Amino acid sequence: MWIENVVCPFCGCLCDDIAVEVEDNRIKSVKRACSNGRSVFLHAPTEARRPVVDGKEVDWPDAIDAAARILMKSASPLIYGLSSTASEAQRKAIALADLLGASIDSTSSICHGPTSIGIQSQGEPTCTLGEVKHRSDLVIFWGCNPVEAHMRHFARYSVLARGKFTPQGRKDRTVVVVDVRPTLTARNADIFLQLRPGSDYEVLITLRAMLKGARLDVAEVGGVSVAQLADLVERMKRCRFGVVFFGMGVTQTGGKHWSIAELVALAAELNAHTRFNVMPMRGHGNVAGADCTLTWQTGYPFAVNFARGYPQYNPGEFTAVDLLARQEVDAALIIASDPMAHLPRQAAEHLNRIPTIVLDPEMNLTARVARVVLPTAIYGISAVGTAYRMDNIPLPLKKVVNSPQPTDEQVLDWIIERVKT
Amino acid sequence: MPKFILITGRTAGQGEALPKGKESEDYRQATECIEMNPVDRERLGLQAGQRVRVRTAFGEAVLVLREKELPEGMVFVPLGPGANALIGAETRGTGMPDSKGLEVEVEPLCG
Amino acid sequence: MIGIINGEVYDPQNGVNGQICEIWVENGKIVPPPDLEKRGGAQIIDASGMVVMPGGVDIHSHIVGAKVNAGRKFRPEDHRDHVRSRTAYTRSGSGYTVPSTFLTGYGYAELGYTTVMEAATAPLTARHTHEELEDTPMVDKGVFITMGNNHFIMNCIRTKQLEKARHYVAWLLGASKGYAIKIVNPGGVENWKWGRNVSTLDDEVIGFGVTPRQIITALAWINDELGLPHTPHIHGINLGQPGSARTTVETIKALEGRRAHLCHLQFLSYGGEPGKSLRSGALEVARAVNEHPNITVDIGQVVFGQVTTMTSDGPLQYRLHQLTGQKWINDDVEGETGGGIVPMEYKRRNWINAIQWITGLELFLLIEDPWRVFLTTDHPNAGPFFCYPQVIKLLMDRDYRAEMLEKVHPRARKRTVLAELDREYSLYEIAIITRAGTARALGLKNKGHLGLGADADIAIYRKMDDKEAMFARPYLVLKDGQIVVRDGQVLHEYQGRTLYVAPSYDPGVESDLRTHFEECYTVSFENYPVAPDYLPRSEVVSCT
Repeated sequence: MWIENVVCPFCGCLCDDIAVEVEDNRIKSVKRACSNGRSVFLHAPTEARRPVVDGKEVDWPDAIDAAARILMKSASPLIYGLSSTASEAQRKAIALADLLGASIDSTSSICHGPTSIGIQSQGEPTCTLGEVKHRSDLVIFWGCNPVEAHMRHFARYSVLARGKFTPQGRKDRTVVVVDVRPTLTARNADIFLQLRPGSDYEVLITLRAMLKGARLDVAEVGGVSVAQLADLVERMKRCRFGVVFFGMGVTQTGGKHWSIAELVALAAELNAHTRFNVMPMRGHGNVAGADCTLTWQTGYPFAVNFARGYPQYNPGEFTAVDLLARQEVDAALIIASDPMAHLPRQAAEHLNRIPTIVLDPEMNLTARVARVVLPTAIYGISAVGTAYRMDNIPLPLKKVVNSPQPTDEQVLDWIIERVKT
Repeated sequence: MPKFILITGRTAGQGEALPKGKESEDYRQATECIEMNPVDRERLGLQAGQRVRVRTAFGEAVLVLREKELPEGMVFVPLGPGANALIGAETRGTGMPDSKGLEVEVEPLCG
Repeated sequence: MIGIINGEVYDPQNGVNGQICEIWVENGKIVPPPDLEKRGGAQIIDASGMVVMPGGVDIHSHIVGAKVNAGRKFRPEDHRDHVRSRTAYTRSGSGYTVPSTFLTGYGYAELGYTTVMEAATAPLTARHTHEELEDTPMVDKGVFITMGNNHFIMNCIRTKQLEKARHYVAWLLGASKGYAIKIVNPGGVENWKWGRNVSTLDDEVIGFGVTPRQIITALAWINDELGLPHTPHIHGINLGQPGSARTTVETIKALEGRRAHLCHLQFLSYGGEPGKSLRSGALEVARAVNEHPNITVDIGQVVFGQVTTMTSDGPLQYRLHQLTGQKWINDDVEGETGGGIVPMEYKRRNWINAIQWITGLELFLLIEDPWRVFLTTDHPNAGPFFCYPQVIKLLMDRDYRAEMLEKVHPRARKRTVLAELDREYSLYEIAIITRAGTARALGLKNKGHLGLGADADIAIYRKMDDKEAMFARPYLVLKDGQIVVRDGQVLHEYQGRTLYVAPSYDPGVESDLRTHFEECYTVSFENYPVAPDYLPRSEVVSCT
């Protein structure tokens, strides 16, 4: 049986045109997905798994009891992850953090956390991906590599897509790539500006100065000639509808949020000449949803702490890397993420020292060191839920196969009930 | 010891291997590698496919060398346990570690 | 069963004007007084010295959804000093002008409000809005769906296929679980996507060959044809501009007698010439409203202090960004609408802000029929909703009003009739402009009154001379017959219903829609509608 219009939960593109062939509760084949998406559907675990406590398989009530005991005993627990689960589960995770007086942070803090900080200082002229598809004649990819990380972005949204006012697709657009290395994305560009590593901030502030008519007495900035930068400024001013997609090349380098604030300010100022927007390339399938749910429940998109009974926000203080590296938390609940594989080792190591609970469909590196492992269903494959695309469009995740596992939302509900009693 | 600038990031191979599990051979191969341009590789007398020791101020990792078109003086490591051994946990008040632009040393693995 | 006795009841829908009468409640509804035997088992609330009113019904407020959430996200400075701790029964949260969802629900209930309408959601993001509504406790709620820059509708208007547009609108309201048609700067938001706007009702929408006038009249016709419980809810063109009073009057005339609601009228009632200095145009606009019984309005009264401006009016928000230099969010939404957000502060000593404050009060006092003018602050655009009691005091107490007028910039005082308007609203009229009238305009037959069969949403206030203090802290609030607030404090969390409409349509329109989705959207037709399970408690309000 073919199931159509399936939303792929892997990356922030959330392509919703996937067809999945299911037979005997197994996914047999996948149409239209990229190689990452195919892999997600074809390698989804379907075998029944029991929870594990201290290395031993146990029944669910015992596992929930063990998890709740760890959290109740903790003076300073951390809830972390959230980017590969549905918003329904994210909301429960925040409710649990509120109840416990915990810190809660999503993987945003190691991808686009600096973007949120930059937006908080400068705002964000942005749009949905359909506006890019229909209108944009200048598309700039800055410090991001969609050809490898968001594989159908070009075709569905940004470069090849044919829209109402861009009927010829690729031919109607100029594509610029700004990066420190010639990525596969750069090979598809009309113009490639290769920056010296760490010079994003100075190049962005130079572009802003040039837009305002400043004359420069240098030949190059950040490894790019002033003539090339002047050409880019002219193109940005002259285009009809411009957009900058940016990624971790900006957020993880040098000025971080300062660079983002410059990028946003540049785009905002270009609106005096034409229409110009920016959009962060969100990585995980529902990392944008983690920002959304945390914001509507607490006021803040990440790095939230409830120890005083109300939400406090402070990146660098309540962010996972800092809390773990400074050994400021004494228990951890990891939801749909693998910090042992993705955080700096100096931070991740602390998870070895404290009791850790893992909710995840997969056996991952964090689960290997966890005290309690709670295997759950996969949203978008064996559970329904909601995910937010990189432009914050919410999409319904389908259940294409049945799973014997409970969802993250159910398990979090059980833990909340247990903590309350 | 020659110094390189380390860039970490996503690759197609790493993304595709993720759903197969962190303990799969595909994931290990996709992440435990370091990319370097041919000029630097020859200068260091290294061979593609060779295992090298990579060291930063924060840690070290043993990775398989691959040749790739990159600016001279730059190396690239895909996201994963290898990259995480190399980057530090200092975030300078942002929550975000310096995951790109660190200085690294690369040397052949002896013994 | 609960009986509320000895209270002064204000129930304008049923003509009750301060008489002492009993209100009886059972199973969430207003019921007839029981016999003596049953009375014995009832909980009796002695409301001596108190005022009993239906629960408040807010006809226009921005409380949830993509735009509000973006406003929360980019304003940590709004939240830091405005927090609420968790209790055994309620959630924690933060935020002043853009509070988190739980705080919004508690805050409304603690004013005696039991129904709130979210004033603008792009249908493409409706799923997000409904997720937030599930986390907005205490009140019943509904969502207005932006349609004034919708590509499908504009194409139908150009090709003169209004019947098709009608079926589409019916489908769209059901698909987004919306309550009413919202129109924001018709055509101007589409033009903003090319950096332009519209400034007259007959300007052309770029690429569509239609005009703001055609969009407004088409949607007003569709609204009547579908028999929707509310009217089209219109944020007109030229909002905030000197001279907007003239386009507002033209818009009223363009409706040719069809029913419509004009929202936050204050922002659209400025005199003067475009590009020149601002003055109040309230006289001109109030006259037109008085002469057109088909029109209802809410004011969007300015409250001095911090606000977060947020509308679907993309070009307006860009202009505010340029005027104030404040940080700016813009969000263009494919095929449907746009929007923007800019933080602001209204200052007494800023003469333009003072004129805006004066204009709102003039409208309140010059529009004669309280059943057609409603209290809003266009939260959080002109002021936060929890400042409603301050506005009530301004309307009920002319000495206070005169005192406040003395404090604003003298230049603004020079050319206003406000000082001469000695009208004072009565409690009966306040009950109309905050509940009875809004419920009637929304077509909510079970709300805004205390007659038999009405929803038992009731607010009880201690009678005080200081009307601000009185309305800021109800003695009790009942939602669906349960006491949820005592002495201005939420007692326990309560999940209200989401109210929506589901007008019937010709399913034949769906084949056109499939083609439209393939051409226009980046999501599929199948993944667009909001499934009913996003609404844990809901009620379909019927069309006539």
